Amino acid sequence: MLIGISLISFLIMHLAPGDITNNEAAFNPKASEESRQKLREMYNLDKPVIVQYGLWLKRMATLDFGKSFASHQKPVFWQTTDKDGNVTKGLIQEALPITLMINLLGLAITLLLAIPLGIVAARRYQGWQDRSITLFNFIGFSIPGFWLSLLLMYWLGVVNNWFPISGLHSLDYESLNTWGKVKDSLAHLFLPVIIPSITGLAGITLFVKNGMLDVLHHDYITTARAKGLNERKVIYTHALRNALLPLITIIGLSIPGLIGGSVIAETIFAIPGMGKLFFDAVLMRDFPVVMGILTIGSALTLIGNLLADVMYAWADPRVRRGVAKD
Amino acid sequence: MTKTHSGFIKSASVSFVSLLLLACGSPHSTPDAGPDLNKSYPAESGGTLISAMTGEPSGLISMIAGESASSAITSNIFNTLLKYDKNLELEGDLVKSWEISADQKTITFRLKPNLKWADNKPLTSDDVLFTWQAVTNEKTASPYASDFQLVKKAETPDPLTFRVSYEQAYAPALDSWAGLQILPKHLLQGQDLHTTPFVRNPVGSHYYKLDSWTHGENLRLSRNPNSVLGQARIDHLVTRIIPDNSAQFLELMADHIDYMGLDPIKYSRIIPARPELQKKLALYKELGNSYTYMGFNLKHKPFDDVRVRRAINYAIDKQEIIDGVYLGLGINIASPYKPGTRWSNPALKPYPYDPAKARELLKEAGFTDSNGDGILERDGKPFAFEIVTNQNKEREKSAVLIQRRLKEVGIDVKIRAIEWASFISRFIKTGDFDVVVLGWGLGLDPDQYNIWHSSQQAPGQFNFIGYSNPAIDKLLEQGRVELNPDKRMKIYHEFSRVLLEDSPIVYLSAGYGLTAINKRVKGIDDPAPPAGIGHNSQDWYIPQPLRRNEINR
Repeated sequence: MLIGISLISFLIMHLAPGDITNNEAAFNPKASEESRQKLREMYNLDKPVIVQYGLWLKRMATLDFGKSFASHQKPVFWQTTDKDGNVTKGLIQEALPITLMINLLGLAITLLLAIPLGIVAARRYQGWQDRSITLFNFIGFSIPGFWLSLLLMYWLGVVNNWFPISGLHSLDYESLNTWGKVKDSLAHLFLPVIIPSITGLAGITLFVKNGMLDVLHHDYITTARAKGLNERKVIYTHALRNALLPLITIIGLSIPGLIGGSVIAETIFAIPGMGKLFFDAVLMRDFPVVMGILTIGSALTLIGNLLADVMYAWADPRVRRGVAKD
Repeated sequence: MTKTHSGFIKSASVSFVSLLLLACGSPHSTPDAGPDLNKSYPAESGGTLISAMTGEPSGLISMIAGESASSAITSNIFNTLLKYDKNLELEGDLVKSWEISADQKTITFRLKPNLKWADNKPLTSDDVLFTWQAVTNEKTASPYASDFQLVKKAETPDPLTFRVSYEQAYAPALDSWAGLQILPKHLLQGQDLHTTPFVRNPVGSHYYKLDSWTHGENLRLSRNPNSVLGQARIDHLVTRIIPDNSAQFLELMADHIDYMGLDPIKYSRIIPARPELQKKLALYKELGNSYTYMGFNLKHKPFDDVRVRRAINYAIDKQEIIDGVYLGLGINIASPYKPGTRWSNPALKPYPYDPAKARELLKEAGFTDSNGDGILERDGKPFAFEIVTNQNKEREKSAVLIQRRLKEVGIDVKIRAIEWASFISRFIKTGDFDVVVLGWGLGLDPDQYNIWHSSQQAPGQFNFIGYSNPAIDKLLEQGRVELNPDKRMKIYHEFSRVLLEDSPIVYLSAGYGLTAINKRVKGIDDPAPPAGIGHNSQDWYIPQPLRRNEINR
C-alpha cells in the first residue's frame, strides 16, 4: 500500500514542470546553464524518473529520508551528527512538534466546546438554544480562516496590544523565567489555535447533536426515564456514551490532519510548521522533502484508520464480538 | 537578482488588509505621549533594530545559497574586496587600492593592513585565494562560479596582495569581486561547503556577527568588535521571519518591527490616510533594481520586423501603466541601466505614446484592416498574439493595459498568466511564446552579454527572445574587454541607443523600492542616493529615549 502511494506521489510530483534548478537563481544572468546542470547531476535529476524512484526506494528501505535540496542539505526527517559532533536538525523534526502541539490543542478545544454544545442542541432540539448554536456554528464554519485571523490580529494585536501578532516566541523569550515562558508561548499560540477551533466547531457539534438525537429516540432511553432515573443520569450515563461512538472514527481520521498543518494559517502567523514546510518544498520542487512528508502522512493515515477500528472495538463490545450489523 | 515572483496567498491577503484598514476607521491605539519622534537627536551607539523578511535563508554562505534572503543577512557579516559607494561607483571594501595592468588582463588588489576575522585571527590574501578556490571548485555548485572560472591564475605574492590574471581582459571582473564574500580559510579548509555547520554558524569580518539563529523565527546579529571597517552604531540587528506581508505590516503598525518594504498601495494610500501611522513612520522611496518589460519572440513573425516592434512600442502608453499599476511610483526608462548612474545614457528618451505613428508604421509593414472587423490583417491573417507572464499581479495588470491599447491600433491580444516553474520550462526554455511580460535587473555592472548577445540563445540561456544584431554583439564584446570606466561608458551609451532604436523589448517601467521606517531610526539619507537608503546603514542610530524598553539587554 505504502509503496503504491509513494510511487503515485513520486510520479505526480515529477509530472509538474521544472526542478530545483529552475528556482535557485533561475533568472539570474550570472548563473550559467553549466552550473545548473551541475546541480542537476548532483541531485540525480538528470536520470529517468523511474531510476530516481528506485534510488529513493533504496534509501527508504533503510528509513533514510534523504537530504533537502533547497536548504543546504538539511536532513529531511531526523537529525544527523557529523564526525565533529555537530548536530544538524531534521526539517520534519523541527516542524512536526510545533504543528502537532497547535493541532492537538486545537482539537482539544474543539472537542471541549463541541460536545457540550452538541448535547445542549440535542436536548433543546428546535428550541432557541439549538438554533443559536447552529447559527453560530455556521457563521464560524463559513468565515474564511485567514480573514478572521487578520481581523483578530488587527483587533487584538494592533488596536489593543493584548496578544502578539505573529511568531512563536517574543524576542526576549530567553530572558524570561519559566512562568513567563509558558505565558509567552500560550499568548503566541492563542490566535493560531483558537481560529481553526472556531471554524472546525461546526462539524463536530453537528455530529454530537445528531448522535444524541439518534440515541435519545432509542427504547433504552425511554426505559431509563421510565424507571425514574433523573434526566442528568439519562443524558450523561446512558445516552452520551453511545452518542460519542461515531466521534472515535472522526478522531481517528483526523490523525493525518494533525501533522498536516495549514499553509495559510502558518504563513499568516509566521509559524514554521509542517504546512509551510510542505508548501515551500512543492514550490521549490524540493523532492526529498515533499516525498518525506507524503510518506509520513500516508503512513499516518493508514495507522489512523487502523487505530480508529481498534478503538471502536475497544469502546463498543458489539463490534468486538462481531454481533453488530451496522 | 531579477526574479520577482510573488506568492499568491500573499497578494490576496495584502489587498484584503488594505480593504480592512480603509474600512476600520480610526482605532484609539498608540498609547504614546512618549518622547518626540520628530525632534533631532545627537548620534549615539546602541539599541536594537528589528526587521522582518518573508523567507528564511537556506544558509549563510551566499555563494552557495544564492538567494536574496541569504545575502540580506550575509552582507552584514562578510566583506567583499570591492563595494559600490552611494553613487554606485566602485570603491575598496577590504582593499585599499587596486591596479589594472596595461594589457588590462591582470588586476592586483592591495588589502588594508591589520584586517581581522571576528574570532581575532588575521584576515590575509590567503583567505581571498581560498574563497576563489572554493567558488571555482568542481564540487561547489555555486550559481555564480562562471565569472571566477575565467581567472587563469590567482596568486598571493604577500599577505596583503592578491593578484588575478585573466585569459583576456574581462571588464565585469571588478563587479564580480564586489559580489564575492570572502570566507575564512582557517575555519573552512578541508570542509564540504554544502554540508559544513559553518552555514549556520558563520564567522565573518563585517560590522556584525551572528549571535543566534532560531529556525523559522529569527536571526540575531550583534556588533563585531573586530569589524574591519570600524564600528556600526546600532548594537543589535534582529531579523524576524514573517512570511506573510500583511502580518508584517500589522507588526509594523504595532511597533514590533522597525521597517519593511511596502507596496504602492500601502505607500501612497494606507499610510498617508492614517495619522497615527504617519506620526511614527517615515516613508522613503528609492529607484529599484529592476525593470518590467515586454519582450518579443524575434524568431516569430511579424516580430522580426522592426517597424512592427516600434509600432507596438508607440502604441503602448507607459505612463498609464506606471500610474495605474504602480500608482505613479515608477519611472519610464530608455535604457537597461539605472537612471542617474554613469551607464545610463541621458540623451535617450523613451518612445512616447503615439497611436497615430503606430498605425502608420503598421501600415508600412503591410498590415491593413481588409475585412473591417477592427483587427489588422496581413496576407489574410489577422494580427493576433498571446502575452505570457508569470503569476505576478503587477505584470498581469500591465498586460491588461497593453491589451487595451493594442486593441485600439487593431491588434488582438490574449493574456496567459502561469506559475513560475511551469512558465520557465514550458514557454521560456522551449521558446514557444509570442510575447512575454517579465522583469530584468538593472545591473550595477553594465555588461549584459548574457541577455543580448546572439550567442546566448540556447535553451536555458538568457537571450530567449532570440535577439541577434551584429552591431550590438560587437559593442557587447568591446564593453567586456574595456576596464577604463570612461571609455566603457561610451560603449554602453552607444549600446543603449542601438537597443532603443531596434526595440527588441518595450521598456514598461522601473518601479521604486518603497520603505517605511519607524521614526525612531535616525541618520537615514533622504532623498535616497542611487545606491538606496541602505548604503549608510552602519551610521543609522536609535537615540536612547526612543528605544524599546523590553529589548534593551
